[in-house]
Amino acid sequence: MATKSKDKTLVVVQMTGGNDFMNTIVPFTNEHYYDARKKIVMKQEDVLPINDTLAINENAAPFKRLYDEGRMAIIQGIGYPDSNRSHFRGMDIWHTCEPDRVGSEGWLGLAIQELDPKSENVLTGVNIGQGLPRAMSVAGVPVTSISDLEGYGVMNQIEKEQLRDKALQAFKDIYGQAIGTGVVSEYIGKTGLDVLKGADLLGDVASNYQSTVEYADNSIAKSLKDVARIHLNGLGTRIFYTNHGGYDTHANEMPTHPKLMSDLSGAISDFLDDLDQHDESDNVAILVFTEFGRRMRDNGSGTDHGSGGGAFLFGKNVKGGLYSEYPSLAPSDWEHGEDLKHTIDFRGIYGTVLEQWLDLDAKPIVKGEFEQIKPFYI
Amino acid sequence: MKSDRKLVAHLMRRAGFGATPSELDQLTAEQTYDEIVEDLVNPQRFHEIDMSYVERYYTGEPVAVHVGKWLYRMANTKRPLEEKMALFLHHIFPVAWGKSEHGPSLYNEINLFRNVGMTNFGKILLELSKDPAMIFWLDNNENHKDEINENYGRELLELFSMGVGNYTEDDIKNASRSFTGWTFRQPLSLYPYGHHEAVFQFLPEDHDYGEKEFLGQRGNFDGNDIIDIIVKQPATARFLSRHLYNFFVEDEVQVPSWETVPPKDPQAIEELSTAYMESGGDMKVVLKTLFSSEFFKESSRRPKVKSPTELIVGVIRQTGEFSKPKPGIHEFAVTTLNGSAIEGPLAVMGQRLMNPPTVEGWHTGFEWIDSGTLSERVGFVEKQFSDPNKPGVAEMLSKAGTLDDDPEQLVGRCLDLLGALTVSDETLLSLNTYAKTLSNEKDNAGVHNLIQMAASSVDYQFA
Repeated sequence: MATKSKDKTLVVVQMTGGNDFMNTIVPFTNEHYYDARKKIVMKQEDVLPINDTLAINENAAPFKRLYDEGRMAIIQGIGYPDSNRSHFRGMDIWHTCEPDRVGSEGWLGLAIQELDPKSENVLTGVNIGQGLPRAMSVAGVPVTSISDLEGYGVMNQIEKEQLRDKALQAFKDIYGQAIGTGVVSEYIGKTGLDVLKGADLLGDVASNYQSTVEYADNSIAKSLKDVARIHLNGLGTRIFYTNHGGYDTHANEMPTHPKLMSDLSGAISDFLDDLDQHDESDNVAILVFTEFGRRMRDNGSGTDHGSGGGAFLFGKNVKGGLYSEYPSLAPSDWEHGEDLKHTIDFRGIYGTVLEQWLDLDAKPIVKGEFEQIKPFYI
Repeated sequence: MKSDRKLVAHLMRRAGFGATPSELDQLTAEQTYDEIVEDLVNPQRFHEIDMSYVERYYTGEPVAVHVGKWLYRMANTKRPLEEKMALFLHHIFPVAWGKSEHGPSLYNEINLFRNVGMTNFGKILLELSKDPAMIFWLDNNENHKDEINENYGRELLELFSMGVGNYTEDDIKNASRSFTGWTFRQPLSLYPYGHHEAVFQFLPEDHDYGEKEFLGQRGNFDGNDIIDIIVKQPATARFLSRHLYNFFVEDEVQVPSWETVPPKDPQAIEELSTAYMESGGDMKVVLKTLFSSEFFKESSRRPKVKSPTELIVGVIRQTGEFSKPKPGIHEFAVTTLNGSAIEGPLAVMGQRLMNPPTVEGWHTGFEWIDSGTLSERVGFVEKQFSDPNKPGVAEMLSKAGTLDDDPEQLVGRCLDLLGALTVSDETLLSLNTYAKTLSNEKDNAGVHNLIQMAASSVDYQFA
């Protein structure tokens, strides 16, 4: 294993589809909650209280442990004014910090540009999953996007090693020669060479990794295990990104949401244990977010797109506890007569992480100054 | 040979989804270039694709199923330009499933695009304005006599016809007033009864019959009048021409910059605009002008990055895997892993068909490419061509020759088998070098690798 990394690392986990915050951090003594939620509701006996008014969904029991250990910060009521209910537009806004126009530069891409201005390491920003999220995308900033760690790179279908080496050389020739043949070809050529560089660096990651932590067999556990494997190899990655899909629970929420909770909480706690085991947990923080919360009232089978959700921070140097305020559940306070009203702007939480964790100037990235919280020990 | 093979290959890549070597053999032997163009703009000369067998494999409402069926159509239609125009209109009038989560209305919209794509631009805008998916997407159902909602009126002028700088805010208001009462009827509510297609409905009691001034004209206009005025504007001719140029000829900057950045080829836009104005917006005339022009014929070397849809459909056509109905084509849109749905290569490459990111549509050109999408593109192509039993791959392998052949001739044949692929001199040199290193190998798997390499090249990323 490589030596301990000193630079701080941020892992961002996107809950794709709009997590039902009320059924995650449950206001288990609030009558308005039980009035509004008839079928899609967490009963008092199915939750794990963290104080007199709030409880963690019992399916996310590992979160309860992390909360009790002081390693989980719950950011209540995160959102932004006039929350957009489209997944795609909503995600765009979260990814670019541009609620009023279509932005093209992702907040983490801008952060990567600051962390590695000369693009010296193609692994400064790594996405685990399929397709580069807009959050990491800024023109000219190389980011490595890995859907399958063992299979990353090109020409992997060629089994015979000698033939694969020749194919890689040819690929390098073709993409290298493209430099100087027109702007677009040149750009594609350079991107191809970046893929090769990333694949080179990642070549030994899988075989170097040893751990007694056994991750579960689900997509988010697999992704976070890949994050651990890359991080523990000390390849200089400062920002990891991955997503956990399936939160768009319009229908059949009661059978599907518990599995999401259990998969996500289990994966995060295994990941933190894995870092602990390698004495690498001091410098890693995890930010978990979703594009919006869900409606106050359920629809009988699930819940529709709403606003005012919740985000979470995890890590050894995260000060556990509750941040901001739980949105008021009284019907007179509902936004548009049906939604939770946000109590803190997500751009302030990005600012918190950028300034207090990554030591970057947040203002140009989040486009303004927003209220921050103090969730870190260092 | 009645027509030039490389030129016809270029035409078929741009006006359709690429031609296979045997299709090129036939086209170039039997028809002149102009005759091929004439066929492309007259889809009614060819049978419509029979989707009844395909429907058996693909039932249900999920958007991935419908994307799958659309990909099948694109790959197998005998009317390639009709399908390409449906894709074009989906690019410039982008309506996303994500807002309504209402499948049937969206699938009807794509069908509408297929039916009107080569008629008259006025008809296209009129049908678009009556389309329930569009009405809901841009809130025209919230556009009332007493309280106008400008969303549709604004985008109609800004993104769908004339472009910024050619109208005033008052024009937007008056266009919006003219479309009041243009709404739709939903037979049953969305939840929990399931989805039924919505139908256009005009509510006279919600329409503003008052006088309006629009682009300098005055009258008791309704939506029909507004569209009549719009389609006669030179600005509309230029804006549509630039869209067509961007889609079929060469990547332009993104639409919001068109107001300030001049077209790459102003003369080309002029030619297309003239054809539009003289024909009164006849799309067939404009398309024929485009494909017959010198600027189009010379454009094979101008940068036009394949969209993920073009890349995937082109590959499917070359491998022949879905030349007959069979299950599985929807997996290009959404596939499953351990029981949960994950996005397929189309989405991973950045294009969720029927789910464009915003009303602006997809950013095209080099913005399709980043390290994630490029490794996906290359990995996808490698994988799709890796199975020697797929009919198209088997045919390529049987025709390509062996490593004992002259390496340069071998490379030439491989490029031709990939649909007369044109590559840069630099790429050709690299492929020739590669073929030579393989011929020392004396391992005929090498020919297969050579084909995969040509399809993994920088050049293959261009349409």
